[in-house]
Amino acid sequence: MLGKTANGLYWMYRYLERAENTARLIETGQRIGLTRLGQDEDEWSSVMQTASVLDGFNESHDEVGKEAAIDWMLRSMDNPSSVLSTISAARQNARLVRTALTHEVWEAVNMCYMNTRDALKRKVSERDLPAVLEQIRQRTALVRGATHGTMLRNDIYDFARLGTFLERADNTARILDVKYYVLLPSAMSVGSSIDNVHWETILRGVSARGGFRMAYGSEVNARDIAQFLILDKRMPRSLNFCVTKIYSNLRYLAQDYHEDPASSKLAQSLVESFLHNDIEVVFEAGLHEYIQSVLTSLSVLGRQIEIDYRFYE
Amino acid sequence: MSEKNIFDEMWGRDETLREPYAEFQSWFEGEDLKRLRAKQREAEEVFRLMGITFNVYGRAEAEERLIPFDIIPRIIAGREWQRLSKGIEQRVRAINAFLHDIYNRQEIIKAGRVPQEMIARNEAFLPQMNGMTPPGGIYTHIVGIDLVRTGPDQFYVLEDNARTPSGVSYMLENRETMLKMFPELFSKNRVQPVQNYPTSLRQSLAACAPARCSGTPTVAVLTPGIYNSAYYEHSFLADQMGVELVEGHDLRVVDGRVQMRTTEGYKPIDVLYRRVDDEFLDPLNFNPDSALGIPGIMDVYRSGGITIANAPGTGIADDKAIYSYMPDIVEFYTGEKAILENVPTWRCSEADSLAYVLDNLEELVVKEVHGSGGYGMLIGPTASKKEIAEFRKKLTAKPGNYIAQPTLSLSTVPIFTKAGLAPRHVDLRPFVLCSPEGIKITPGGLTRVALKKGSLVVNSSQGGGTKDTWVLEE
Repeated sequence: MLGKTANGLYWMYRYLERAENTARLIETGQRIGLTRLGQDEDEWSSVMQTASVLDGFNESHDEVGKEAAIDWMLRSMDNPSSVLSTISAARQNARLVRTALTHEVWEAVNMCYMNTRDALKRKVSERDLPAVLEQIRQRTALVRGATHGTMLRNDIYDFARLGTFLERADNTARILDVKYYVLLPSAMSVGSSIDNVHWETILRGVSARGGFRMAYGSEVNARDIAQFLILDKRMPRSLNFCVTKIYSNLRYLAQDYHEDPASSKLAQSLVESFLHNDIEVVFEAGLHEYIQSVLTSLSVLGRQIEIDYRFYE
Repeated sequence: MSEKNIFDEMWGRDETLREPYAEFQSWFEGEDLKRLRAKQREAEEVFRLMGITFNVYGRAEAEERLIPFDIIPRIIAGREWQRLSKGIEQRVRAINAFLHDIYNRQEIIKAGRVPQEMIARNEAFLPQMNGMTPPGGIYTHIVGIDLVRTGPDQFYVLEDNARTPSGVSYMLENRETMLKMFPELFSKNRVQPVQNYPTSLRQSLAACAPARCSGTPTVAVLTPGIYNSAYYEHSFLADQMGVELVEGHDLRVVDGRVQMRTTEGYKPIDVLYRRVDDEFLDPLNFNPDSALGIPGIMDVYRSGGITIANAPGTGIADDKAIYSYMPDIVEFYTGEKAILENVPTWRCSEADSLAYVLDNLEELVVKEVHGSGGYGMLIGPTASKKEIAEFRKKLTAKPGNYIAQPTLSLSTVPIFTKAGLAPRHVDLRPFVLCSPEGIKITPGGLTRVALKKGSLVVNSSQGGGTKDTWVLEE
């Protein structure tokens, strides 16, 4: 496979994952705004910060408002992480690697793009927002379904999965990073409405409210949320789940290519140093520091994958 | 030019149903226009979903256009095709022999059949190819011959495409779409298949591998990239052949071979089907500013390390100034009279011809020698007085830049309109593959149709569409 193709696949799936994550955060933001009285400004700043798009927003806007925030996250082509930007970029990468995709995957991603482009041609009114977001969620789910159902399990698939899980791990880690302070045991003023909002943001931001209830019951506490999002092996967006997937896909590649490159060893050490701990140990060592070093390790790992598999040179 | 003089491929000149269309007509009579309109929309949806688009130059990246597709097949009888394909094969053999001669001994010039200055002062002539015989002796591996028809047995070659002819993906996708939409038509008519083109292309390319290659040849398609107008076709062909689609920056000369950067390191390529123009192929040997090419590929090529398809420098054979010599060229190399006729052509570089052309501009089609895509040409009969006057100035200033031809009354075939069938002018581009194993012509080719009533310009950049082209089994 060409290095360029591996690169295109990796980014196609990273962008798709990001589009989904951003759409989910918009949904979360809107939902929270509707269910409680509070400062729009704070909530949307926090949502945009969680999506890592707040700095870009502040550069081009004077103040934070609901409408502007939604538009920035949903449709702005000046925001490279907006839903429209990322889905366009995913489709552009799909065109680039079209020879590596099945018909079904290409059609799904092309359809996803055409639908999203049409739905986001004009500003989306508050009334239409839920339907538009749902459509985007369904379209990206179709791409994922076509990928699972039709792609060979070979190196092509491995690069697609690497992109998916690196982006997802990054996304979960960022949500935790922005909200880490509400998860600290010292901040556990359980039951206060402020905290509930934060937890809602966290759990909804990773589509995990139902999952959490199923696994831990309806009682929400910081320790369990941290455990769930960081270490729980059942939770498909937890750091443990994502990093384990990354590691196994790198192992498949190493077996296929009869070569064990640096990235595979990095992933292994990531698994060993972060995921074999108990959540109490994480808290003792400092949640913030822990997440920071996970984020750094993920970005180092991403760079090493680019080098090992000759994405650019 | 009266309507009566125009030959319609379905109804002839006298409204008598022609035989190849017999089954089609009986099917069409039983069809409901509403259903067909729905089918036409369905076809467009298929093309949009597949992303069968071309990019329009000079527009935003999002500007991907569909080439309009017409659902009515163009039908050619098996025996009509037999004669055509003989003529095409003869012409393609001659083109290859001509290229070999021009870049080696230049016998045809010595014999006085083609003037020296036609070659020496021609920009399409590449001195870098002098003395070079490509692997297998093949220069044009893939050729498209543009044909027009004016009567039941009258075909003319409008131009040869010996560089990088495009459009074959439309030929294949048009057929796929028709098979999906009108399976019943294919059970009534025995249509010769086109689907094995990608396999034949791969075999044909592999058969031209350089001597240096051992084992199964590695083939790749070289594209200028995702923004090129024919990118879809490049990725389609690579996909269908099961080979890599590469860009210049994926390639590098390593150990005297052209190699591609893979996830497992650099791997040599034996045959490169390039869809990048000569000029951009190698910044060390041609345009130094080219970012699309591979520095040093020409040196590898000359030393027998890679096959480039088509060979650099083939443009000398399809240049519009050379075109007028094609009947001589065919005769010179094959020893036979050309089976396919050329359109009579006046070379404006010659004083007598220029005088005639200037006197008859209203009747003639005047083309730029190096132009393509239907730009920069004058169609006398449909041009305004002002346009003719302006063109006269350009022509007088640089007569050597132009050739002129009579306005042919191109045949029409029916297209589907809101009101039912309506005749429109068409041309035909059959695709030809050459290798040391022989010449293969896919039955049919790409039919381009001028969708505007009465228009003679079929180019997609100027409002043309395409149709599926059927050659029936005998």
